[in-house]
Amino acid sequence: MSSSTTVGPAAHSPLHRHLHVPADTSVHRLAPEAKLVGLVAFATTTALAPRREVAVFAAAAVVLVAVVRVSRLAARMVAVRLLVVVPFVVVAALVPFVAGGDRVDVAGVPLSVEGLWASWNIAAKAVLGATAAIVVSATTPVPDLLHGMRRLRVPTAFVAIAGFMVRYLDVLVDRLARMRLAMAARGHDPRWLWQLRPLAASVGTLFVRSYEHGERIHLAMVARGFTGEMPALEDRRARWSEWTTALVPATLVGAVLTGAMLR
Amino acid sequence: MPHSPLLGMHAPDGFLEPPVAAAAAVISLVVIAVALRRSATELGDRQVPLAGMTAAFVFAAQMVNFPVAAGTSGHLVGAALAAVLLGPWTAVLALTVVVVVQALVFADGGITALGINLVNLAIVPAFGGWAVFRLARRSLPRTSSGVVGATAIAAGVSVVLSAAAFSLQWLFGASAPVPFDTVFGAMVGVHTLIGLGEAAISATVVAAVLATRPDLVAGASDLEPHRINRHAPVGARTFVIGAGLTTVFVAVAVSQFASSSPDGLERVAEDHGFAERARTHAFDNGWFADYATSGVSNESLSLAVAGLSGVALTLLVGYGIVSASRRAGSSLARR
Repeated sequence: MSSSTTVGPAAHSPLHRHLHVPADTSVHRLAPEAKLVGLVAFATTTALAPRREVAVFAAAAVVLVAVVRVSRLAARMVAVRLLVVVPFVVVAALVPFVAGGDRVDVAGVPLSVEGLWASWNIAAKAVLGATAAIVVSATTPVPDLLHGMRRLRVPTAFVAIAGFMVRYLDVLVDRLARMRLAMAARGHDPRWLWQLRPLAASVGTLFVRSYEHGERIHLAMVARGFTGEMPALEDRRARWSEWTTALVPATLVGAVLTGAMLR
Repeated sequence: MPHSPLLGMHAPDGFLEPPVAAAAAVISLVVIAVALRRSATELGDRQVPLAGMTAAFVFAAQMVNFPVAAGTSGHLVGAALAAVLLGPWTAVLALTVVVVVQALVFADGGITALGINLVNLAIVPAFGGWAVFRLARRSLPRTSSGVVGATAIAAGVSVVLSAAAFSLQWLFGASAPVPFDTVFGAMVGVHTLIGLGEAAISATVVAAVLATRPDLVAGASDLEPHRINRHAPVGARTFVIGAGLTTVFVAVAVSQFASSSPDGLERVAEDHGFAERARTHAFDNGWFADYATSGVSNESLSLAVAGLSGVALTLLVGYGIVSASRRAGSSLARR
């Protein structure tokens, strides 16, 4: 794909840090567990909408734009992060050309009507769902997201593993970048599949180092009294008002959806 | 974005119909719950730091650009590699954490498609890969070369299995009127090629780990110490060719199975009106161009392929789970 593994100063900025855009808005202040539930509810409601109910998608889009405005996120930033759904939207855009059924001429090209609806359905739901996820990750620091997961009764072990992953990801990426730099400094510039041995060896080395690092961390934890259970940190629970606020977008979309279905 | 979706396999919201997404979510919840418990018994109180570090390793390894041809590069999926290194349960756990974080933190993969992505990117390739690895080990010498060769086969096939799993979900929950065999042909065709790279990279990585810390390779836990040679056993070029042949063989085998579509399924296809379905082909000149020329109508072919790959997938994943459960005393708990 486009650029190679980052080497140099950029490698030192944590992968996830730039994802969080600090600010003090009502969206930022919402309890993370409420935001997670709100996100799942919003994405599910939108995903359930029949493709021809354009009003539901319009409502979801209006609600999202409002949330983006309230959380003072730059539209440009959201758009850049939305690029992650591009591959699938491109695939979806091919559907009208290959799908069967009735045809409609668009600028002289016969396109499948069902296919056009299908493309619209995939593109709309993918963009709406991803935007909602971007709002949550941009307004919530990763550690808070993990706390939120724990308060939603996600097994402690799972949350702790995710926490370790997020915490050490940059250490590992950094290690890889250093190995790449050292290899590049020695003239390593692979161009063909059968030249992959040095790179694969460095990935193997990374595995051994990560594993041994994990063992050292484990011993350090045991030395500090770890018995296998992560300590439950008592912190602020979400208030009822926060749950209701977080569920507002999903409720609005759900109301429009219900209205459309009853019509 | 740090994780570039070269495979385009992180399905977004709305790509498959809600019932399939819900079913996949239920399946993955169950498997993850079991995996959490299994890896806890295997790793004990080391579970959190070790699974966490290996999840970070998988995430980082997926970001490495490997050379493919003439300076272009590709990424590792890493599921089969993780299964060989860690055993399938811990591998599934690590991969799950990666997929969940990618969806929640990087918006890579839809929230409602999380179950689908977990099945396709964690459960199927890890357990399917583990099953293929175990089966391949039987016919290969009990040396580190055998382990490395089995890894190549498992990694190549696991990518194709992921693609097949996605196509099957498409069969049950297509959100667009594109016939199953178009999707299946395109997905399996493209991923057969991707599988070549996956096979070469995974095998070389396992060879490198075997050369330094053979005790850390779960898939090699049964090797006698003197069977582990300290040098990387086979040349990278041999891997590429060997893995290539294997993957092509698998693809050919799948299509052979397909063309021998049994009459019963044909009947079912007609009874259920599949025969009237659209038969436009996106990839008429593509990978599986002669896919529809076997004298059998596309629709029954679709069903036959679906049935057979469904059975094969289920068997492989089931075998992976069973063989993983049978392994008393994990290699991870050895030290």
